[in-house]
Amino acid sequence: MENSRRRFLKIAGISALGVAGAKPVLDVFASGDSHGEAAKAQPEIRKGEKALTAKQWAMVIDTRKFKSGADLEPIIEACHKIHNVPDFMDKENPEFKEDNRRHVIKWIWEEEYNHAFPTGGEPFLNERIKHLPFLVLCNHCEDPPCVRACPTKATFKREDGIVVMDFHRCIGCRFCMAACPYGSRSFNFRDPRPFIKAEERNPEFPTRMKGVVEKCNFCAERLAVGQMPACVEASNGAIAFGDLYDPESEVRKLLASNFTIRRKDGLGTGPTVYYIV
Amino acid sequence: MLEIAFKGTKRYYGWMIALASVIGVGFLCYLWQLKFGLGVTGMSRDVSWGFYIAQFTFLVGVAASAVMLVIPYYLHNYKAFGKITILGEFLAVASVSMCLMFIIADLGQPMRAFNVILNPTPGSILFWDMIVLNGYLLLNIVIGWNVLEAERNQVAPPAWIKPFIYLSVPWAVSIHTVTAFLYCGLPGRGFWLTAILAPRFLSSAFAAGPSFLILLCLLIRKISKFDPGKEQIQSLAKIVTYAIILNVFFFACEVFTVFYSNIPEHKDHFIYLFAGLHGHGVLVPWMWTSLTLMLLAIILLVIPASRKQEGVLAVACVFVFVGTWIDKGLGMISGGFVPNPMHHVSEYVPTIPEIIITLGVYATGFFILSVLFKLAVTIKEEVSA
Ligand code: SF4
Ligand code: SF4
Ligand code: SF4
Repeated sequence: MENSRRRFLKIAGISALGVAGAKPVLDVFASGDSHGEAAKAQPEIRKGEKALTAKQWAMVIDTRKFKSGADLEPIIEACHKIHNVPDFMDKENPEFKEDNRRHVIKWIWEEEYNHAFPTGGEPFLNERIKHLPFLVLCNHCEDPPCVRACPTKATFKREDGIVVMDFHRCIGCRFCMAACPYGSRSFNFRDPRPFIKAEERNPEFPTRMKGVVEKCNFCAERLAVGQMPACVEASNGAIAFGDLYDPESEVRKLLASNFTIRRKDGLGTGPTVYYIV
Repeated sequence: MLEIAFKGTKRYYGWMIALASVIGVGFLCYLWQLKFGLGVTGMSRDVSWGFYIAQFTFLVGVAASAVMLVIPYYLHNYKAFGKITILGEFLAVASVSMCLMFIIADLGQPMRAFNVILNPTPGSILFWDMIVLNGYLLLNIVIGWNVLEAERNQVAPPAWIKPFIYLSVPWAVSIHTVTAFLYCGLPGRGFWLTAILAPRFLSSAFAAGPSFLILLCLLIRKISKFDPGKEQIQSLAKIVTYAIILNVFFFACEVFTVFYSNIPEHKDHFIYLFAGLHGHGVLVPWMWTSLTLMLLAIILLVIPASRKQEGVLAVACVFVFVGTWIDKGLGMISGGFVPNPMHHVSEYVPTIPEIIITLGVYATGFFILSVLFKLAVTIKEEVSA
């Protein structure tokens, strides 16, 4: 059961979702409809020339560079806009209800320290940290429990370490949501499309349907065309992104020279999002 | 044999029509859910499993409890249970059918359910759960049908059925163990992250299932000419007694570990359920009711004099059934999601459509149960006449 869409998603450096805008840089040779034949009859998928690759992508968030929630907003907005994340709490939407809060979809959002790192519970927290909102997102764990739980391989880990979703395979059982210890996943409890403003819709990224789970994809579709993740670009240098297993990478240099923490690293999931505090 | 199910009294038909109408209403609500999405339920980003999965969990237990009849009869040659083993097996068939329906009702994309088979993922417990549940359903249909048919023809059941009966014993244990593994292997969900979960599930199952069966036996004796038997009911009562005591004991073990170790991530769920957390506590009265019912049931059941009175026994069985239902069907699943992994408290309350769909599934289960029990009871009446 390995169709070409799957192989497409799996290969590092290829746009995660086969979006129209990424096509020119992808070298996709589909050999017509000669299906039953040997392996070479399968469409061949090659990496784009500009694609960024890594053994395990990782992120370092320098919280010292943020002053307040206002600094985080453009970052969150950049991600959510580019990925067509619906805004259920938009009061101008005719379908807005306070109850929509239950159904919100978040790929990246802010949490207070005590919620981002709930095992700490420090009562006498440093004043700056106490009031500082932390960016939280999927940690693209090295040993992800969500992947272990998924009964259909709709959630899987790519060879570059990114934990991605195949929206077309997901059956919406939400086992992955129970398994993720970080609350990184959202479920489409209803059709999200009425909550994406038509003028803001990004035609290069698919919208989702009701009944499937979604989350941050480390901007796999951007890496495929040689771009850094949207949040990294929007962060004015506060977020670094790179290969965790390349000693020369920016993230490794930051990790070597700064004290960093990870969310719930005692659980053995191996989060790859690091925080300088 | 199935033709028997069509021949019945007015009362039987009335009951079946009543069930069919509940099924109809439930199905309409389900169509609505299919159209709108799971947003019609009370579930949320934080409490992403709710009533459906909780009922599923509870009913897996009821299904597994058939083994409490199979073991004494087939492994210990306890002849008295020969009369009612079929009732346990048919109860299992109806319960597993409901389990499967609840899983389908809970899927966001039910049309894709076959992806679980098309992309087998042995690392996922849900994959195994699907296998053991369907296997158990099949086992019980095959065993129940053949044993009953043999009884009708007044011959011994075919010899090839024996290995399947023996297989059904560990299989019954496996369905509830695997169901517990769905929850207790998840990091960061402190409420479920305990090795006692599977034993706790099994003990509450072996209390809930047989207590329901006792109630069914008492009912059958009232409305049919078939008497499941005083001794049989008393033996079931002893099973319920041991199981409910074990269940409360396992619960106490968990409470000790959680509160003596004093680890907030494990403790907070219990505090939420039994005292409320940060001003939220919809389940508090339910949980105390559950615990009280189970304790009262223990008192009624351990005293032989009261257990032997069938009226008192019936009350105790209702207590056990309702108590374990609240524990598993209400508290167990949402309790694990509150507080959420970031330690926010967002509560879960099922919505009306969600409850109607749930009732629809239960009605379907009772429909299946009624048909199967009608078969079994009619044949028993025929044979003894
Ligand atoms: S943070 Fe959660 S969703 Fe992301 S990889 Fe880890 S377990 Fe999976
Ligand atoms: S909801 Fe989708 S991604 Fe999550 S476990 Fe189920 S099938 Fe896998
Ligand atoms: S890496 Fe990409 S998908 Fe993930 S939070 Fe940043 S912008 Fe969003």
